[in-house]
Amino acid sequence: MATRRSPYPYWFVLPAAVVFVTLFLVPTVASFWFSLTRWDLFDAEFIGWDNYRQFFKEPFLVQGLVNTLIYAVVTSGAKTVLGLLLAVLLTSGIWFQGFLRSVVFFPVLVSTIGVGIAFAALMHPTKGAINLALSWVGIDGPAWLSDPALALYSVAMIDIWKGVGLATLIYIAGLAAISPDYYEASRIDGATPWQQFWRVTVPLVRPATVTVVTLSLIGGLRSFDIIWATTRGGPGFASDVLASVIFKQYQAGFYGLATAGNVILFLLIAMIILPLTWWFNKREVDL
Amino acid sequence: MSLRRSAARRRNLGIVALLVATVVFILPFLYILFMAVKTKQEAALFLFSWPGEWHLWQNLVDVVKTRNYMLLLAYFNSTIITVGAVTLLVIFGAMVGYVLQRRPSGWNKVIYACILIGLMVPPAIVPTIWVLQGLGLFKTIHGMILIQVAYGLAFSVLLYRSFISTIPRDLDEAAIIDGAKPWQVFFKVILPLLKPVTVTLIVVQSIAIFNDFTNPLYYLPGKENVTVQLTLFNFQSQFQSQYNLLFMNILLVTIPPLLVFIFFNRQIVSGMTSGAVKG
Repeated sequence: MATRRSPYPYWFVLPAAVVFVTLFLVPTVASFWFSLTRWDLFDAEFIGWDNYRQFFKEPFLVQGLVNTLIYAVVTSGAKTVLGLLLAVLLTSGIWFQGFLRSVVFFPVLVSTIGVGIAFAALMHPTKGAINLALSWVGIDGPAWLSDPALALYSVAMIDIWKGVGLATLIYIAGLAAISPDYYEASRIDGATPWQQFWRVTVPLVRPATVTVVTLSLIGGLRSFDIIWATTRGGPGFASDVLASVIFKQYQAGFYGLATAGNVILFLLIAMIILPLTWWFNKREVDL
Repeated sequence: MSLRRSAARRRNLGIVALLVATVVFILPFLYILFMAVKTKQEAALFLFSWPGEWHLWQNLVDVVKTRNYMLLLAYFNSTIITVGAVTLLVIFGAMVGYVLQRRPSGWNKVIYACILIGLMVPPAIVPTIWVLQGLGLFKTIHGMILIQVAYGLAFSVLLYRSFISTIPRDLDEAAIIDGAKPWQVFFKVILPLLKPVTVTLIVVQSIAIFNDFTNPLYYLPGKENVTVQLTLFNFQSQFQSQYNLLFMNILLVTIPPLLVFIFFNRQIVSGMTSGAVKG
């Protein structure tokens, strides 16, 4: 019996596979090797774990690692909470609802570098509009981006400003998928709006929460351009994250060290996202 | 009674929300606009104020002329990269999504693993430069296009796969019985039916690639290869004393997404929320 050719041939996958394997998988696999070498793009000299040792020994590299975690947790947490609250507000039938949704979402589409430069001007310690506005109400505004203790959080705030619209949008889609019957039934049972929010909205909007948390955590851990446009990791190394450390090491010609940073970033993301995904899926079965 | 009260509440909440949103989200954009039309001296004050004189046209001409019309070259390069990469993402993504949805096999697990890797793993930058150099694609526009394709494929395949599952197989089978070859079935029957999701993909990926800064920074150095986001970055150091021109440049890169947003709002929303509800 002749095997009939499938009408869905595998060569359809071939163009995509060639590009993805060559430009994504091969470099990813190669990065494990090159991270163990001293490397100038032509010759790679095997030096064992030296790059990793240096990464965990140099205080500014360790700080980059810690900053990455802080930055990802702060931005992801704020986007999730604010996104849900905004979505509830913007589906409650208030006036100007459609316009407000657009206004909250628009920054998502704007150039990160442009947003970064604009906020760097707005956050200028003496001339910036934010501190001038604060001085009207008698508050002495801080040096948002040049105070080492504050810089990372100021950048995180800009990131939240720019990204909360996407979380809101995903939550609005999630809320729309909840049947109104649940709210009707809980209202008849005498639930207050507060109880409805915690007992109906939060559990049933879970798929959207999973998406928002996962997307914003991955984005936060990989974040580079907003930091580069505002502080370039400064002052000193106060707002350096892994991605900016990688760029600095690359610029300085330490290709092996930069690649080790890349591998560490990869492992960090995997160590956070994979258990989180597993935990989210497990909870789904319980429900 | 209760109805009237809740109507009043919806109005009041709406007005409060509008005021807050104006301060938080609209004023920063007004600031960009005001700074962009001010004179050099006035912009240097950084003030959030109505421009004393509107130098809209003058500043526009000045910023376009800077560094021997670098901005025009940048728009040209960014357009080529965006159009090239999005075209390939549509065709390649739809082809994979089609086979993935229609033909169950052990290979699908491999494809799904690749999608997960593509969505989660940060690109290994220096090894990618090494590969690009080996292929003669480093610092080239077509190399940049292929990079954007490699990085955008996972999202495209997922988007197409879920949409193709809504297209009945009867259509493929009818075309096959009529003697169509596999590629004819796909390009003449299936691909035209994917138009709604294709429009969504084009809009979402165009914005992402046009706004991309990190990848051109690494893979496309060199003055002749400059992209729009890189000009912004270059001008940031050059225009230390000419903030009006720097903000005019920000205004110019903000307008394309604004236009796309006005005309394709619905597609953007469906693209960005795909998968959010199913989880």
